[in-house]
Amino acid sequence: MPKITINGKEIEFKKGMTVLQACELAEVEIPRFCYHEKLSIAGNCRMCLVELEKSPKPIASCAMPATEGMNIKTNTDFVEKARKGVMEFLLANHPLDCPVCDQGGECDLQDQSMYYGVDKSRFVENKRQVKEKYMGPLIKTQMTRCIHCTRCVRFATEVAGVPEIGAIGRGENMEITTYLEKAMESELSANVIDLCPVGALTSKPYAFEARPWELKKTESIDVMDAVGSNIRVDTYNWEVKRILPRLNNDINEEWVSDKTRYSCDGLLKQRLDVPYVKRNNKLQKSTWDEVIPILVEKIKTINPNEIGGHIGDMINLENALGFKKLFSALKIKNLEFRERKFYINSAEKSNYIFNSSIKGIEEADLILLVGTNPRHEATMLNARIRKAFAQKKTPIFSIGNPGDLTYDYTIIGDKTDDIKKILNNETDFSKKLSSSKKPIIIIGESALEIDSGKYIFEGFKNFLKKNNFINKDWNAFNFLPQNASTVGLIDLNIVSKDDEENHTFFEKLNNNQFKLLYLLGSDNLDIKKNNEFIVYQGSHGDRGAEIADIILPSAAFTEQNGLYENLEGRVQECKKASYTIGEALEDWKIFNLILKALGKNQNFLNFSSLRKEVLNSISNFTELNELPFFKESIIKNTSPKFLSETVSIKELDYFFTNAISRASKTMSECRQIRHNSKKTGTDNL
Amino acid sequence: MSLKKVHSDQPKEFKFSDENLKKATDILKMYPEKNKKSAVMPFLYLAQRQNSNWIPLAAMKYIAKLLSMPYISVYEVATFYTMYNLAPVGKHFIQVCTTTPCLIRGADKIVSLCKEKISPNENEISTKGSCSWMEVECLGACVSAPMIQINDDYYEDLDEKSTKEILDSLIKDKPLKPGSYRGRKNTAPEKQQKVNGENHA
Repeated sequence: MPKITINGKEIEFKKGMTVLQACELAEVEIPRFCYHEKLSIAGNCRMCLVELEKSPKPIASCAMPATEGMNIKTNTDFVEKARKGVMEFLLANHPLDCPVCDQGGECDLQDQSMYYGVDKSRFVENKRQVKEKYMGPLIKTQMTRCIHCTRCVRFATEVAGVPEIGAIGRGENMEITTYLEKAMESELSANVIDLCPVGALTSKPYAFEARPWELKKTESIDVMDAVGSNIRVDTYNWEVKRILPRLNNDINEEWVSDKTRYSCDGLLKQRLDVPYVKRNNKLQKSTWDEVIPILVEKIKTINPNEIGGHIGDMINLENALGFKKLFSALKIKNLEFRERKFYINSAEKSNYIFNSSIKGIEEADLILLVGTNPRHEATMLNARIRKAFAQKKTPIFSIGNPGDLTYDYTIIGDKTDDIKKILNNETDFSKKLSSSKKPIIIIGESALEIDSGKYIFEGFKNFLKKNNFINKDWNAFNFLPQNASTVGLIDLNIVSKDDEENHTFFEKLNNNQFKLLYLLGSDNLDIKKNNEFIVYQGSHGDRGAEIADIILPSAAFTEQNGLYENLEGRVQECKKASYTIGEALEDWKIFNLILKALGKNQNFLNFSSLRKEVLNSISNFTELNELPFFKESIIKNTSPKFLSETVSIKELDYFFTNAISRASKTMSECRQIRHNSKKTGTDNL
Repeated sequence: MSLKKVHSDQPKEFKFSDENLKKATDILKMYPEKNKKSAVMPFLYLAQRQNSNWIPLAAMKYIAKLLSMPYISVYEVATFYTMYNLAPVGKHFIQVCTTTPCLIRGADKIVSLCKEKISPNENEISTKGSCSWMEVECLGACVSAPMIQINDDYYEDLDEKSTKEILDSLIKDKPLKPGSYRGRKNTAPEKQQKVNGENHA
C-alpha cells in the first residue's frame, strides 16, 4: 500500500483515496463544508485547505488524490492563515443571526468559526440579501445564510434521483433553488436539511420549536415501513419534537425517508388517552375499571371460535407475543396479522425475508422487481437500488408497472404468462438472469396477493435454486414486506401453518362470522362491520377506533421498548423516548388487566420474560442488530396451480399508510401537494 | 426589470422552426451521443435567435427534453451566462459598454441619452418604437470607445450628437449603418504624425 506523511506521521492508505480521507485515517480532523462522504466531490468551499510540501499554494484536500510520498501538514501557521482567509470570505456575506437561527447549536459554520473565525469583520460593503425560496412543506429556507456548498444539489441529483435543485445565476448572484420554486418530488427530500452545514435549509415543521441542547436524544428504530431505519428520537419533556436519521451503513446509510422523519407530529394528534365505550351508538369516555369488566363479560359469553384477533402494522414483538398468549389462554385460534390475503410460506426463514440484504443490493448485477413499487413500499431500499444503478449501472427489470422509481428500468411484462415464460427459460431475460452472477429478485406483496401468488413465489424459488442462486454466499430470493411487524410476526407463528394458505381468518371476517373482533393497533384491515363487537386497542383514533365498540388506549412506538424485525430479519430494539398519554398503558399491561379480570393470574405477563421468549422463538437468530444465520435451505418441490392473471401493483397512499402518518398534519400537507402535482402534471409551466 | 429573472408573461409553447431543427441536428453531430448535453449552449442560442432575442421557459423545457437532461440544468446554464436573455428585449436591443475605457471617453453621456430617449430604466421596452437598452461590461472594442452594440452590430467612436442620431433612427425603425462614427476605417489611426521619421497616430 502507498504511504503518505501527515504531520510527520507516516501512514498507509488505499489507492484512490483523497488527501482528506488519508488525513482521517491519521485521525487528523479537517474542517469542511462541501465535502460529504456519501456525495460526489465538489471542492468549492475551500475550507479543507492543507499544506503540501513543495506546493507554493495550499491545496483543497477533499479534491486532491493522495499519492505516494506526499508530505501533508495540517497544523502550521500557513494552513491556519489560509483557512482563516476562507472563513472570512464565507462570513462576509453570512448574516449574524445565529440567535434566531434554527441551526444554532448544531451548525458547522458556527462550530468552525469558533476556531477559524476572525472576531472583527473587515467587510464594509452591504451584505447580500437573497429571497427565501419555496421548497415544499418540509424545508424552510433562509437563502441569505447559504454558503453555496451545493451539498443539497448533489444529494437531489445523486442520491434522491430527482434533479430538481440547482444553482442559478453566477458570482454574487448565485442562488440555490428548486426548479421554479416547486416542492421537491422526492420521499427523501428532507435529508437536505441534515446535509445543510448552515441554517439555509431548516426543518419547517420543527421551526422555532426547541434548541438541540434542550432535547433528550433516544436512539431508536423506525416502524413506518419494514426497512427498520435507524433513527434518533428527540424529545422535549414528553413531546417528540423531531426524528433524525442515525448512521447505519447496512440499512439506511445516513438518510431517512420523509415519512419516518415527519410523521412524529402525528404522535401528538388524534391520541387515545382514556378508554372509551360505545353507549347508545356513541363513544363515551370511560375508565379502565369500567371497560375491562364489559370486555371480559363479552369474551366469556362468546364462543372462542367466534372471536378473532388482528395484529396491526406497528406492533412490537413482545406485545404481539403477549397478545398471542392472551388468546391461547382464552383458547382462541383466529389470529392474523396480514392486512390483505397474500401468500406466505413460513416453512423456513429465507422464505419471508430480504435474503440478499440491503447492502447486498450494491453487489448485485441484475435486479428484477416482481409486483412491487419499492419507492413507496420501502423508500430506503429503493435509495439503495438507485445507488447500485447510479454507481454500477446495474440493469433493473420489472414485472408490472410501478411508475417513476428515480432510476431507469425495463418492464418485461405484467402478466403471469410472462413469468411462466421466464421460469420455463423461454425468453431472452431468462438467459440474462441465468448468466448473471449475483441477481436479485424482489417479490412484493402485490404479486403474492393474486391467485397465482403461490405460483410466482414457489416458481421463482425453484428457478433460482435450480440455477444455484440460493447458496451459502448468495441468496437471490427476496420478499419485500410492507409493514414493520410482518417478518417478526411470521417468526412468532401468529398465523398457524394451515391457515397461511387457507386464509381462514379472512373467510370468517368477510362472512361476518366473528362476534367479537379484537384489533391490536390494526387500522388498515378492510372490515365490513355487520354485528361484530369490535375492540380496538391502539394509540390513535383512526380507522380501527372509528368502528370500535370499546377502545383501549395504548402506547405508540416511541413510548415503549420493543423489538422489531426488519425485512432482512435483523432484530432491532425500539426504545422508549417519551411517556404514554393520559391513562394509556403499554399493550402487555392491558393484557394483564384482562387476564386479571378473567381470574387467570397464573398467565400474567411480564416484559423481560416476554422479551426472552421472543428472542428464543425467532428462528436463525444470531444477535441484536445482526443478520440471521443460515445453514443449507430445504426446498420442497411443489407444483402450484397457474392462472393467467395480470400482476398489478397496488398503489400505496405513501404519506398515509398508517395511523400515525394519517394523524400527522405535515404528512397530509405533503399528500395534498403530491396529489395536486399529479393532477396538474409536472410538465406545466 | 432584469433579463436574468424569468419573465412573468410566458408563451405556452416553443418549438424549433424547421430551419433551426436542421441546424440543431447538425450541432448534435458535433458531439458524441453520450455527451449530447454539450449542445445545450448552441441550442439556447438558436432558441434565443428564433424567439426575438429572448428565451422563454417553454424553450428551456423543449431543449431539456431534446437533450434528455433535467430542466434545472438547462435553467442553470441559461441563468449563468449574461448573453442569454430570459425576458423580452426590444427589437433594437442596445447594449452600452460602461467599462473603464468607454466610461472615461463618455459612456455615461450615452447612458443618460438612452434614459432620456428610450426608457428611464434599463431593460424597459420604449413606448415609442421597439427599443430597450442595458449597461454591459466590456465588449472588447476599447480602441474605439465609447461604443454601443445594437443587436449584432457595433457602433463605435460615438459622441452625444451621433448617439442621438442613432437612437432617433432606431425609434423610427430605420437604423443607421454600424461602424465608426468618426469616419475611421475599422480601427485605423486617424491623424498621422511623423515622429523621428516614422508614422504614429
